[in-house]
Amino acid sequence: MIRFLDIVRRDLRLALRQGSDSVMVVTFFILTVVLFPFGIGPEASVLERVAPGVLWVTALLAAMLSLDRLFQADYEDGSLELLVLTPTPLELVVAAKVTAHWLTTGLPLLAAAPLLAIFLHLNAAGFGALLLTMLVGTPILSLLGGVGAALVLGARRGGVLLSLLILPLTIPVLVFGVGAIDAAILGMPIGSYLAILGGMLFAALALAPWATAAALRQATE
Amino acid sequence: MHRFANPARFLRIANAVYPWLVAATFLLMAAGLWFALFDSPPDYQQGDSVRIMYIHVPSAWMGMFCYTAMAVFSAMALIWKHPLADLLARATAPIGAGFTFVCLVSGSLWGKPMWGAYWVWDARLTSMLILFFLYLGYMALANAFDDPIRGQKAAAILAVAGFVNIPIIKFSVDWWHTLHQPSSFSLFAAKHSDIAPSMLLPLGLMALACQTYYFMVLILRARAEIASAKIRTIRMAQVHAAGGGE
Repeated sequence: MIRFLDIVRRDLRLALRQGSDSVMVVTFFILTVVLFPFGIGPEASVLERVAPGVLWVTALLAAMLSLDRLFQADYEDGSLELLVLTPTPLELVVAAKVTAHWLTTGLPLLAAAPLLAIFLHLNAAGFGALLLTMLVGTPILSLLGGVGAALVLGARRGGVLLSLLILPLTIPVLVFGVGAIDAAILGMPIGSYLAILGGMLFAALALAPWATAAALRQATE
Repeated sequence: MHRFANPARFLRIANAVYPWLVAATFLLMAAGLWFALFDSPPDYQQGDSVRIMYIHVPSAWMGMFCYTAMAVFSAMALIWKHPLADLLARATAPIGAGFTFVCLVSGSLWGKPMWGAYWVWDARLTSMLILFFLYLGYMALANAFDDPIRGQKAAAILAVAGFVNIPIIKFSVDWWHTLHQPSSFSLFAAKHSDIAPSMLLPLGLMALACQTYYFMVLILRARAEIASAKIRTIRMAQVHAAGGGE
């Protein structure tokens, strides 16, 4: 557990000192959402109708954008090989790195969400659902993305490839995330959606670090 | 299973089986097409366009079968480091992608006269489209590395991870569809369950033909993969020999 926290702390410190990565991801998120009113027109009723989908899809793309850096820097400077060699289980190392990734990119997306909800005229109920689904959903994206990030280490055009691999696998998160917000806007209960998203989170938590560790082992062989 | 890990033994068996597979594929395909196109009744509602089913449904089955085969081969390769399983998984991917593509195209051609649109966001169509993207991702990853062995291992992990995710995707897509358009294509599901025997015969023949076609092409592709691995080894040996002589 101490090792886990050590790795989280190290990654957080690295991210904070470099600084630009998470800011860029959030800026991308905001900028892409701002493009939509230009694309489909500024009518409040239209924007309100598409807001859940637009917010979730752009959050998905923003998460993809940051994922290729998850293991890349460690892979390039060789510290990944040391992490693989430590007595700490590699699955735990992966969980720590994914946690740090979520704290530096998933959580800032949540912080930017209120602003974007106002831009897209999302009502109060929908806004609450947006925050809840993103809170449960973005860690799944980080976990699934970790598998992809480990698989494309050393590949040509890793970043593009990563999106091609992971985006089809994230469709369930998108379906239930948007479904919950749509239901909330109509005043229906969203507990079942959140329960399913939570189930997916636990399944990803149990399985994804294991697959990521397998991918990291073959990358550092 | 480990008996077949030796490429030479595999090739011997594959070469013996191959002519029979070619004969079976052509016979089954010819018989299936004859029954499908000439000797089966047109549907009372759909007319002759129901004949698209005889290629559409088998290719949909094969699209799913090939992904399962790919995942099983990949798991074998990861667990036992079985060299031929790796090769068979890589050989299966383009065949499966081809069948999925045929299924999508024939489905959209069938959808135009039946539903009035080439594409509908129906749960079945959408899940086949996602399956097609999974194949593309697998092939892109397998070819993205300078070292083919690396690409193969990464792709194997992806195939297994994707296979775990497929039921979740399928289930979520069904859910998503039923939210928006309940039961507009229940005819589609019902037709499969009580299908007339005169239509079942060509459908069965075509399904078997696709299956033997898969094994035929699999052997062809596996032979090519083994040959290219041999060429790679010879080239490496030549390079090393030339380097040592300097």
